[in-house]
Amino acid sequence: MSTVKDKQDLKKAHYVSEWSRIPLNGDPIWLKQLRIRGAHLFRDTEFPNTRMEEWRRTNISIINNTSYRSTPASPPIALTQKAVEPFFLKNPAATELVFINGRYNKTISRLPALPEGVAAGSLRRAIQSPLARVVKTHLGSCLQARNAYTALNTAFLQDGAFVYVPKNILVETPIHIIALTIPGQEPSAAYPRVLAVLEDGSQASITTHFVSLSEHQPYLANAVEEIILGPNAQLDYCRLVEEKAQGNHLATAEVRQDQNSRFNGFMAVLDGNIVRSQVCVELAGDGAECQLNGLYLNDGHRLTDTQFSVLHSRPHGLSRITGKGILDGDSKAVFLGKVYVHPDAQKTDSRQLNQNLLLSERASVETKPQLEIYADDVKCTHGATVGAPPQEVLFYFRSRGISEAAARGMLTCGFAQELIEEAPTHAIREYLSAHVLAKYAPKEIR
Amino acid sequence: MAAPVEHLVDADYTGTRVERSNREVAEIAGQHYKYGWTTDIESETLSKGLNEQVIWRISQKKNEPEWMYEWRLNAYRHWLGSTDPDWANVKYDTPDFQNIRYYSAPKKSVQRKSIEEVDPKLLETFEKLGIPLDEQKRISGVAVDAVFDSVSVATTHREILARKGIVFCPISEAIREYPELVRKYLGSVVPPNDNFYAALNSAVFSDGSFVYIPKGVRCPMDLSTYFRINAAETGQFERTLIIADEGAEVSYLEGCTAPMRDENQLHAAVVELVAHKDAVIRYSTVQNWYAGNEEGKGGIYNFVTKRGKCLGDNSRISWTQVETGSAITWKYPSCLLMGDNSVGEFYSVALTRNRQQADTGTKMLHLGRNTRSTIISKTISAGKSNNSYRGLVRIMPKAENARNYTQCDSLLMGNQCGAHTFPYIDVRNKSASVEHEASTSKISEDQMFYCQSRGIGPENAISMVVNGFCKEVFDHLPMEFAVEAAKLLSISLEGSVG
Repeated sequence: MSTVKDKQDLKKAHYVSEWSRIPLNGDPIWLKQLRIRGAHLFRDTEFPNTRMEEWRRTNISIINNTSYRSTPASPPIALTQKAVEPFFLKNPAATELVFINGRYNKTISRLPALPEGVAAGSLRRAIQSPLARVVKTHLGSCLQARNAYTALNTAFLQDGAFVYVPKNILVETPIHIIALTIPGQEPSAAYPRVLAVLEDGSQASITTHFVSLSEHQPYLANAVEEIILGPNAQLDYCRLVEEKAQGNHLATAEVRQDQNSRFNGFMAVLDGNIVRSQVCVELAGDGAECQLNGLYLNDGHRLTDTQFSVLHSRPHGLSRITGKGILDGDSKAVFLGKVYVHPDAQKTDSRQLNQNLLLSERASVETKPQLEIYADDVKCTHGATVGAPPQEVLFYFRSRGISEAAARGMLTCGFAQELIEEAPTHAIREYLSAHVLAKYAPKEIR
Repeated sequence: MAAPVEHLVDADYTGTRVERSNREVAEIAGQHYKYGWTTDIESETLSKGLNEQVIWRISQKKNEPEWMYEWRLNAYRHWLGSTDPDWANVKYDTPDFQNIRYYSAPKKSVQRKSIEEVDPKLLETFEKLGIPLDEQKRISGVAVDAVFDSVSVATTHREILARKGIVFCPISEAIREYPELVRKYLGSVVPPNDNFYAALNSAVFSDGSFVYIPKGVRCPMDLSTYFRINAAETGQFERTLIIADEGAEVSYLEGCTAPMRDENQLHAAVVELVAHKDAVIRYSTVQNWYAGNEEGKGGIYNFVTKRGKCLGDNSRISWTQVETGSAITWKYPSCLLMGDNSVGEFYSVALTRNRQQADTGTKMLHLGRNTRSTIISKTISAGKSNNSYRGLVRIMPKAENARNYTQCDSLLMGNQCGAHTFPYIDVRNKSASVEHEASTSKISEDQMFYCQSRGIGPENAISMVVNGFCKEVFDHLPMEFAVEAAKLLSISLEGSVG
């Protein structure tokens, strides 16, 4: 008889054997050690399951029970820039970095000139450059053991995106990272990794876009992003998840902010089977500010889990968390907003809001806006709402000759649009608006 | 517990009362917990520890029928198979369940027919607590069931109630006299295997109150139970069961105190409410168990399961609680809204200071159509305490047009305490409308400055601000309790200025 633990050990043994096949040539010792630490952590950590408080309503047993193979190093089809161009931002000045199964592909990327000293490209290449010092200092530095899958990402770390902006440099054009997963014939997993370091007083705008060219093969994108902001640095950050219907996505982003730095994050989940998107921000310096906006559009049998947590560890911090969800079909959404205020973080100002629109009978949502406060001179509020479009409003539309279906569509678009306005880059706002209109707008106004 | 009687008959109601309670606050300034004394009374106890033998002895002492003993044993087996819950935001050493006495009763306390027969020492104890059991002297219309350690010692006003067909008696008596009612409802809201402490309570409960309000009867007076832990090294495990039949209405009050002791004592109660069609039950608690000293030594572990079932259409259950005592509080009075149009309400003030820890809140489960629930929670943390609100609102797929409104506000006093909010909102029906709001703040300097510039001292200013902060909840308490609760808060906040 096999117990749950036996099954788990079996799955772990599978990943360990996959892991042992990683080519080791040319990697510096510290990187090998980092991978080994990841592998050990993975070995010692239980797979996330519904018995864990954080995963209570997010059942990922379908992911746990699949033995994902590592994605092939070279994609089965030769890709040209034309094939990935549809994913590019509608801004010809943008830097477009294309990653296939977590590995950088320079030939199909678009690389306009960037200010001197700015690096945007492959993590592997950076390790061999003078910037190796920066990578070594920061890679894996703020990643606590979140769960077995983040440990697995570190264990399989071979390449990734690396963005470095030196002191007082302003990068005006957006940097767009396209993380493309092309699975093999069997269910396979990609391990995209992003490291962004912004030094004192620098500014940049980064977007990561998770997409796939898979037709039918199930896959898992297991992503980890690490973002380090120096004093007075400012980053506009977007993350768009647009996986295929048979694609699962587990992502953790860690942001560490030094004093007076500002992080403006916008996370949108547009497609994918099970998508868990976690963002953990630590306001580690005085007066740091962060804004986290999350949009999730669910339909069919999809499940999204959005987890935003902000740790205020220094005084005068400011955080704003807003989550908005539209749920249709049999879909399910989980939202967790967690604000933790350390005893030293006096004068913290934090606001949190989660709003959900239910469009179908069978959709469900669980929201947990939490506050943990250990300092007394703080202003913290949170709010949550769940509901359908109100009858009075629908009546108003109908009394003016607009059909109920059209009214619902317009209200739904408006609900999403309100948050989309907050997205930091123009190109992303356009992209999301178009997506929402195509999905929900009534024919009359399309 | 209850307010001194002269309080209520004050002719000049507004003016003198404020003055009087200010004077009282000043008088009590030096004293922290005024119910900390013990009564020296001969009592009969069972030896420490828990096993099937102990359960059999408790059952024997209560002259229980066979089925009740079986029921207890079943619960005990569940308890053995379950583990101490660890998800709450409180830290404590799990009590040693074999080092607790599960039964302690004053020796001469067989339930008496008239008050004259009650041991004068016991009467004196309750007199000292402000609960006169002597019906002749009692002017306010509240019927009291007094529970001392493991047994009920006196129940007042029973005759008046009996004339209306209302049953108000100790649950041990109800098991003997009304077995069919008890059998039908006991464990129907909180099953013995519900959780670790509910299972423990089901196995060893020794007394508590039983209330049955027949069809269409509106209870003419407030019913009240007063709990007192006296003996050392004992736990109190009471069980309350309230049934309101079709169209009935009842308001029930509960109060509690315990002596100051260095060791922690366990209080694990279960309260079950059943509201049939059109029935209304209002349940109010002022919890003032001993909270331990400044260093967090001693105090009561208050691990309580309270749940109400709105069984019939248009029924209504309202919980109001003021939590100021206990070293650890773990308590979630909940409502199962099964009948269509049923209403659940939860109003709570929880105050923690020194090293108290509270994890309290509610669960509202919407199952019927057009069900509504309201949650108002006010938490105040001072000293080095931690105070958490944890609440679940779940709208099931069949609960069309369910409504919930939740508001939880926290007030922090001092920079070493913590205030936390853990709401869980789970919606599975699109016609639902659920709103949740929460805020955390401290008493603002503007408010303090405003009061002080008008000659109100800092202590009184804090007391006023806190009372204003809690007003929405106090408004739902019966008047007598509201006065008591306000006073309790001011006393508890003594010395929290700055």
